[in-house]
Amino acid sequence: MSATVFVPRDSAALAVGADATANAIVQSAAARGEEIRLVRNGSRGLFWLEPLVEVATATGRIAYGPVTAADVPGLFDAGFLTGAKHALLRGPTEDIPYLKNQERLAFARVGVTDPLSLADYEAHGGWRGLHGALARGPAEIVDDVVRSGLRGRGGAAFPTGIKWRTVLQTEADQKYVVCNADEGDSGTFSDRMVMEGDPFLLIEGMTIAGLAVGATRGYVYLRSEYPDAERMFAAALRIAREAGYLGPNILGSGKPFDLELRRGAGAYICGEETALLESLEGKRGMVRYRPPVPAVKGLFGRPTVLNNLVTFASVPVILERGADFYRDYGMGRSRGTLPFQLAGNIQRGGLVEKAFGLTLRELLYDYGGGSATGRPIRAVQVGGPLGAYLPESQFDTPLDYEAFAAIGAMLGHGGVVAFDDTVDMAKMARFAMEFCAIESCGKCTPCRIGSTRGAEVIDRLVSGERREANVELLRDLCDTMVHGSLCALGGLTPSPVLSALNHFPEDFGMPAVPKARAA
Amino acid sequence: MGEAKSNVSMAVDEAIEQALAETEGLDGALMPLLHAIQDRLGYIPTSAVARVAHALNLSRADVHGVITFYHDFRTSAPGRHLVRLCQAEACQSMGSAALAEHAKARLGVDFHHTTTDGAVTLEPVYCLGGCACSPTMMVDGRLYGRVSSARFDEVMSGLGDA
Repeated sequence: MSATVFVPRDSAALAVGADATANAIVQSAAARGEEIRLVRNGSRGLFWLEPLVEVATATGRIAYGPVTAADVPGLFDAGFLTGAKHALLRGPTEDIPYLKNQERLAFARVGVTDPLSLADYEAHGGWRGLHGALARGPAEIVDDVVRSGLRGRGGAAFPTGIKWRTVLQTEADQKYVVCNADEGDSGTFSDRMVMEGDPFLLIEGMTIAGLAVGATRGYVYLRSEYPDAERMFAAALRIAREAGYLGPNILGSGKPFDLELRRGAGAYICGEETALLESLEGKRGMVRYRPPVPAVKGLFGRPTVLNNLVTFASVPVILERGADFYRDYGMGRSRGTLPFQLAGNIQRGGLVEKAFGLTLRELLYDYGGGSATGRPIRAVQVGGPLGAYLPESQFDTPLDYEAFAAIGAMLGHGGVVAFDDTVDMAKMARFAMEFCAIESCGKCTPCRIGSTRGAEVIDRLVSGERREANVELLRDLCDTMVHGSLCALGGLTPSPVLSALNHFPEDFGMPAVPKARAA
Repeated sequence: MGEAKSNVSMAVDEAIEQALAETEGLDGALMPLLHAIQDRLGYIPTSAVARVAHALNLSRADVHGVITFYHDFRTSAPGRHLVRLCQAEACQSMGSAALAEHAKARLGVDFHHTTTDGAVTLEPVYCLGGCACSPTMMVDGRLYGRVSSARFDEVMSGLGDA
């Protein structure tokens, strides 16, 4: 009997040599006359173990990692095809604590299945949400999503069901479903992992959205920095269309829905929903004034459901297992799970899907194992480049939308970037302004000009020039950006800047925050 | 003028026509069209602007405006290899600034420039989605993680003509 071996084809696994490992396995197997079946799965999201090789055994899948091509002959010698002992043996994959303690709803299949196998998708619960949706009417689907408590996973956390209801209730000759896969936040990769590891899930989620609001066409706006994801998703679209999951008559229901994949062109601002719509329409990615909101007047002026990829990926399980099932996860008004992404200077970086409510400290230490360099973690940026920097005194904050808002921070898209004590927070604050200047669409003055002036003020401040006056000027400028910017880019750039200044004034040449106050 | 068109400009024209055919009938076709041209040529030649504007019933200013808005679109040919070093926060936390200094010194160019032999164009990029394996870089569309200076040199040597 031939053994089944899994080697991920997720781009982050490829980035650390997964292809070379896979080739070595195929060659060694051939040389030794061992018959194997190689499956290129998505990543389990345990990136410090990548390339993570798994072998299917009678007692479940057994993991080895990180496996380089050079390790492969040794693995064969040890008899890894039967799950034998080896220095890289990690035991049954599902029992690795990092994975075992997660609550994977959206990511249930990622890393488990062959991403382009419809048979795998179906065998692991795929399309059940879609069947559930086809059995219900639009209003019922929307109702389920409202009751689930699902909020937008792109960062703004707006209730998804309410948005869908608005689109459903807006009359139009054409409506659209648009997926924001312009995952530009540093420290985030969950959208990418779904597109590469379980692309049919996104197709299913968007199709359900189409059925819910009466939209027949959808677009996925994917950033150009993800070429592997683009290839995988394009292939998944072809396969789904050929099998009748997309097209004029979805699964014989008589209902049409089809999707198109579009590539961005390196503009961070196009992750902002109205800039994204402009870009899809073939224009410069300039932010639109709101109202009207996209749910009323979106793509090509038509009502549009525009959600982040993880939002769509969270929908099938709600339709399959019910709103209450989903709602039972989480705390307060943050219901369900969020795929957190542990990144940067962290020992065990990866994807951790958990119900809202665990603390940042649990995530950083119980999962992340502390910094990669072994030095103390000094600051953590949560929620991407527009998220606040949190000092150690705030690590016990529960990961919950409201709890984070209460300390002037945000969860955003769930990205968590750790920095050790060698970080210069004045530099990070300056970078936030610099990044805003590079990526500003230029439509509003506070963002376009403020970001450049902000970087200059920080330079003067750090050089010791009229320190008090420049601190005041920086705060005043940030206030203008917060209240005067059109969108979150200019409006939230002050968040990393001011949190750095407030929590780490010593890096700006000022007295440190006294310990008692810091706590 | 009256001279026969050069082979280069004929190849450019052909690429533009192919790109137009490939994206015909798409709603909001400009972005896919510009990508289709750049995918073929490596850049968007100035001569494409009028043709694209005409085909999509846009003004040349509209097309120029879109090309110049997006970081990805370039109006001159890049080097034979495109090296993009991630300079976003997660990679910064793992030493991307030092890696960038090393890369600039080794290649002898700053960001946004091409080596004098035309082999490598060096660009900064803000996130490649490999943030759990920082620092990262992308070379000709391929992602590399946990990139040390030594690993960078190894990859550059592997390019052959770089």
